[in-house]
Amino acid sequence: MPVQGRVVISELYCKGCELCVGACPQEVLRLSTERITSKGYHPAELAGEGCTGCGICAVVCPEAAITVYRQVIRRSTAAVGA
Amino acid sequence: MVVEQIVPEEIVYQRPRSLVECATHYCPGCTHGVAHRIIAEVIDEMGLREHTIGVASVGCSVFAYNYFDFDWVQAPHGRAPAMATGVKRVLPDRMVITYQGDGDMASIGMTEVVHAAARGENITVFFINNANYGMTGGQMAPTTLPGQKTTSSPHGRDVELAGYPIRASELLATLEGAAYVVRRSLHDPKNIRLAKKAVRTALEVQRQGLGFSMVEMLSICPTNWGMSPNQALQWLAEKMIPYYPVGDYRVSPSVAQLKV
Ligand SMILES: Cc1ncc(C[n+]2csc(CCOP(=O)(O)OP(=O)(O)O)c2C)c(N)n1
Ligand code: SF4
Ligand code: SF4
Ligand code: SF4
Repeated sequence: MPVQGRVVISELYCKGCELCVGACPQEVLRLSTERITSKGYHPAELAGEGCTGCGICAVVCPEAAITVYRQVIRRSTAAVGA
Repeated sequence: MVVEQIVPEEIVYQRPRSLVECATHYCPGCTHGVAHRIIAEVIDEMGLREHTIGVASVGCSVFAYNYFDFDWVQAPHGRAPAMATGVKRVLPDRMVITYQGDGDMASIGMTEVVHAAARGENITVFFINNANYGMTGGQMAPTTLPGQKTTSSPHGRDVELAGYPIRASELLATLEGAAYVVRRSLHDPKNIRLAKKAVRTALEVQRQGLGFSMVEMLSICPTNWGMSPNQALQWLAEKMIPYYPVGDYRVSPSVAQLKV
């Protein structure tokens, strides 16, 4: 199963420029048609499942509006029969 | 036996501490914001927030002093490298950076940057090249491409009349005092990462006292180019990069040995 992630996009900063939408390799970002920010923009949001927490959207965002979270999988070798 | 333990989640990316918690006045998609972000990230990573003094220029980035959470002064148009020279000579233990557009640095301020580089001033210039004067309404700049339409070259830049665009990195790279002069681009994730690495190297050059450093960053101005931000990124990649190739134009021998 691929690692799962999620993003939180701040409505204080987001200007709906769509650069993150164009850059997301999983194509899981879109502009919200429901919400509008205090500056009058439709902010970006996750459109569905499939975010891997790769952070590419945060690399291209000019507003530093995106916080990226990712599930951590720690692998350890356990002694058999212990 | 391999045991997989899934810990709920960790933060992979968050807004750098060196950016003030306020919205900027930049147009949606303007990559001035990306340049700000990567500079702030590097300053955080190097632990320099309490030791950095920025010199803001005149142009869309004039309010940089409101957006970065460290000390700034504001220079008259084009004079940032001269002001930075003074600040650095008085306070040599601080990191002194300038943040300048192409109109500011390559037009009215060409003298200041050339002489600061020639003197080998131990300052770092961040040069944002968006091929026009953004703040004043998209007029032709020294960096406007041949044939590029701007508000003051409505039929496209005529090189017979207005000459050819200046390649500032190549020009400054001829100067002995320049230690590190490179061009990067802000049009895709890979190039943004390379730009960030160059910002890091430039600040390391200054920290070690190796001389003048400059990182030119190709940047978009969707508003004055009359394009959506994503179209503007494509225009940058297709039109600007052939004339302004990304690359390292001067890496002095002492800088080449740096491990960043
Ligand atoms: C002495 C002086 N001359 C002219 C101007 C008008 N002016 C303001 S910003 C600017 C150029 C800005 O272009 P650039 O440096 O490329 O920055 P950008 O806005 O594109 O980021 C000019 C010519 C001024 N403010 N002061
Ligand atoms: S790149 Fe940033 S500012 Fe632009 S739409 Fe995405 S989150 Fe909003
Ligand atoms: S972290 Fe990666 S997968 Fe998730 S939204 Fe951002 S770019 Fe898309
Ligand atoms: S006018 Fe151009 S350079 Fe200035 S903020 Fe808008 S997009 Fe950016």
